[in-house]
Amino acid sequence: MSSFVLNTASGLGLAGLYFLLASGLSLIFGLMNVLNLAHGAFFAVGGYSAWIVMDRMDGIPLGLRFVIAVLAAALSGAIVGVAVERGLIKRLYGLHVEQILLTIGLGTAMVALMGGWFSYDPRLMAQPAWFGQTTTFLGANIPNNRLLVLVLAVLALVVLLAFLRRTRHGLIIRAGVENPGMVRALGVDVDRSFTIVFAIGGMLAGIGGSLATVYFNGISPGLGTTQLIFAFIVVVIGGLGSVSGTAIAATLVALTQVYVNNYVGTGLGSISVVVLLAVVLLVRPQGLLGRQVL
Amino acid sequence: MRGESLQISDLHVWRGEAHILHGVGIEIAPGKVTALLGRNGVGKTTTLLAIMGLLRSEGSIRFGDTELVGMATHRVARQGIAYVPEDREVFTTLSVAENLRLSERAGAEHRYDLVYELFPDLAVRKEQAAGTLSGGQQQMLALGRALLDETSMLLIDEPTKGLAPIVIDDVVEALQRVRGETTVLLVEQNLAVARRLATDAVVLDEGAVVYSGDLETLASDPALTGRYLGVEVR
Repeated sequence: MSSFVLNTASGLGLAGLYFLLASGLSLIFGLMNVLNLAHGAFFAVGGYSAWIVMDRMDGIPLGLRFVIAVLAAALSGAIVGVAVERGLIKRLYGLHVEQILLTIGLGTAMVALMGGWFSYDPRLMAQPAWFGQTTTFLGANIPNNRLLVLVLAVLALVVLLAFLRRTRHGLIIRAGVENPGMVRALGVDVDRSFTIVFAIGGMLAGIGGSLATVYFNGISPGLGTTQLIFAFIVVVIGGLGSVSGTAIAATLVALTQVYVNNYVGTGLGSISVVVLLAVVLLVRPQGLLGRQVL
Repeated sequence: MRGESLQISDLHVWRGEAHILHGVGIEIAPGKVTALLGRNGVGKTTTLLAIMGLLRSEGSIRFGDTELVGMATHRVARQGIAYVPEDREVFTTLSVAENLRLSERAGAEHRYDLVYELFPDLAVRKEQAAGTLSGGQQQMLALGRALLDETSMLLIDEPTKGLAPIVIDDVVEALQRVRGETTVLLVEQNLAVARRLATDAVVLDEGAVVYSGDLETLASDPALTGRYLGVEVR
């Protein structure tokens, strides 16, 4: 029982990371039809931003330093998102092959840049002592860092849903995912929402990168790129453009991966996720929630 | 607001590689309701999409003193042009209230009282997802969205298409209520409905204007309606 609880907690923590990486990807694809293959690099940018704060701001207590690190990761992810959208992708809307080539190249270049800057060796990050301790729940000693990732991912989901549900920009994004041409015909400048969605996507990926550094106990340039394939699977299973669908799919994918790895055979988790994807595509090709944003 | 004039001259429009409109010219006086008629596939919807900046166009579309060709769609809409598309295109995952809220323009007075008076069904279904409305209710919502703020021009594409006769009456009565407040360009296959709403007519055939003038003159001439519209009027 306790190992099941422990695996579930680990799976939910991983689900939090997948959600943070995949939700921005999903919104960007849903609204703009842009497959952002550089999104994994945004994740790593967040991780390194957090690492820099934790490594360099010695004078600040570790707990407060971690809060600043997460905020710095969010900010750097948002800045990179806006810069990529305004500087590069804006010119290529509607040109899908060019977008794919650009974002593959950009993602590769960003990983190489981070490798040159920080080296390809994993960097360990200083963490508050509490992260390394455990909390006993239903007889299982659950690492606090798993709980932290889960709680922050749920918080991000709640804030994102509130933004989409309660603000005018959220309304525009939800309508734009369904029919951007009609939103424009109502007098709304959808292009501005495109930039906001890239900023949100970059911010979530940045936060995810900072938490992945805690979860995997270190950061390397290819961390986001490795997770990107699972994020794409999550996006397709959840339904392109659906935030709630992404949250559900992230949970399904991560739990499947962890359970299969632990109860069926180590290394089979990733294959089982691909099987899950195939089943969803056969039974419900539009994904769990289709193009319904909330 | 009594509407703006619209002057279209030498308009060429493409959909992909297909050249759909070949030098179309249309003039509409402020406050008039003009029916844009013609058989299926002659370019009526294309004309409205071109005015909204949703298709690649060449030529001139002057709205008052403003040239619309080359202008981004959201800027065209901000000139005070409201568009009701053929397939309604309500946002199905948004509620009725959210669909209406999205069409609010900054600085304009939002006439919720008018919309809910014209279409009481919408008032009782504010929180309902638009995708769960009937076809007639979706058409009311599409019209409500266009009528929420005062406009200088309404572009309405087949508002009665596929609707039950009783719903058609509701839609026509709503449009009659706002007639005279704004300039209207109405695409309508149902000539009887067009006659209840419009005074002028423009007929397109194979991407060019073949008739422009009084609607009653057209509708009362069986030879003209037979030739251009493929209908017999009794």
